[in-house]
Amino acid sequence: MTLDWQVFLEDDGSGRTYLEWLIDAWGWTLAVAGAAWVVALVCGALIGTLRTLPNSPVLSRLANAWVELFRNIPLLVQIFLWYFVLPKIFPFLQQVPGYLLVVLALGFFTSARIAEQVRAGIQSLPRGQRYAALAVGFTTWQSYRYVLLPMAFRIIWPPLTSESMNLLKNSSVAFAVSIAELTMYAMQVQEETSRGIEVYLVVTALYAVSAFTVNRVMAWVERRLQIPGFIVAGQTGAGH
Amino acid sequence: MGGLDLSFFDLEMLRKFVLQGFFFSVQLTVVATLGGIVLGTVLALMRLSGRVWLMVPAQVYVNGMRSIPLVMVILWFFLLIPFLIGRSIGAEISAVITFVAFEAAYFSEIMRAGIQSIPRGQVMAGQAMGMTYAQNMRLIILPQAFRNMLPVLLTQTIILFQDTSLVYAIGAYDLLKGFVTAGKIYGRPEEAYLLAAGVYFVICWALSTLVRQLQARIAIVR
Repeated sequence: MTLDWQVFLEDDGSGRTYLEWLIDAWGWTLAVAGAAWVVALVCGALIGTLRTLPNSPVLSRLANAWVELFRNIPLLVQIFLWYFVLPKIFPFLQQVPGYLLVVLALGFFTSARIAEQVRAGIQSLPRGQRYAALAVGFTTWQSYRYVLLPMAFRIIWPPLTSESMNLLKNSSVAFAVSIAELTMYAMQVQEETSRGIEVYLVVTALYAVSAFTVNRVMAWVERRLQIPGFIVAGQTGAGH
Repeated sequence: MGGLDLSFFDLEMLRKFVLQGFFFSVQLTVVATLGGIVLGTVLALMRLSGRVWLMVPAQVYVNGMRSIPLVMVILWFFLLIPFLIGRSIGAEISAVITFVAFEAAYFSEIMRAGIQSIPRGQVMAGQAMGMTYAQNMRLIILPQAFRNMLPVLLTQTIILFQDTSLVYAIGAYDLLKGFVTAGKIYGRPEEAYLLAAGVYFVICWALSTLVRQLQARIAIVR
């Protein structure tokens, strides 16, 4: 067997080469994952915080329900729900581009996992932190904003790093609703050119490079956030 | 609910389309869990062996698998297996091989953490009693590591069960495909997705509740 890399210079039938298409597909992967990351982080921080609020049983129960709902349905099925089912129930969603629906699906799916980490991070803080914040006269909002969340986020940064890499890998599931990202590209070009091995190799390499970059950026941020003398332990858990 | 009609959902439809897929999903989950744990334990022992020629391949394998999306791994195996053995095998068998190989990487990380959680004194005590490496591992270290990691292993199994839906990429007939097929035949695809979501949710939620209870019980025993 010989590898034929010329395939990437061939025309795909619409005036662009497979290489140009590949770059586009990589861009879609990064765009989907990046936007979903923002959704996941915002929702995850919010929901995770709600689960630790003192004296708000209704809110924390709602937040728990959120986590259970988005954690116990496979991502692929959730993407189908956002893309096909919700627009049928709520017709105004038919105007929303498919890209956004996939971003929401991926973002909310990941938010449940991040919420779980944020909750664990906040609960791992010594109780005295919360009391100290109250003792200096902070409101609940202020004690979260200035004391609890800054500490909790530093603690959960390592698992948050692997969750961000998971998010990037999970964006591959968007192939199922024909978002023109890397996996979709791999499947389609494999079929058109029968050069599966070359195409898969390149796509796999791009995923690995992207995940590695995410890892390095998160590690850089972690070092920047570090408070001298404050030791943070890593965590081991299940996940993808 | 606007425009949804779930009336096609009955036992007849479940028996005809979904049951076969459900059994395959369960089968895939069980085989991949057992195979993944065995292979993963071997990989973990290789990584902890202290011998470079064992450590490096295991490390490359585990980190490699963990940096690629599962969908790509599924596609890779589906492409490569027929290429290597010279004849095509079904999507189902390809999926089983893929999941064992892929999950082994994740299970190996869990087992490695489990083995490392055992105090060094346990290893030394085993050695002091004259046990060989194999005896020490089989009789002392692995049983404890396995027990410590049981909740995490089970959680990973639930994730694995959800991930089996990704065999959609190669068209294997699993639980999701069963619902999708039924949706197509009855002309109600959206409703079929909704039902699939419901079934997955009930199964995964029940299992994760069980794992939580187990975790609480183990925590008291220790």
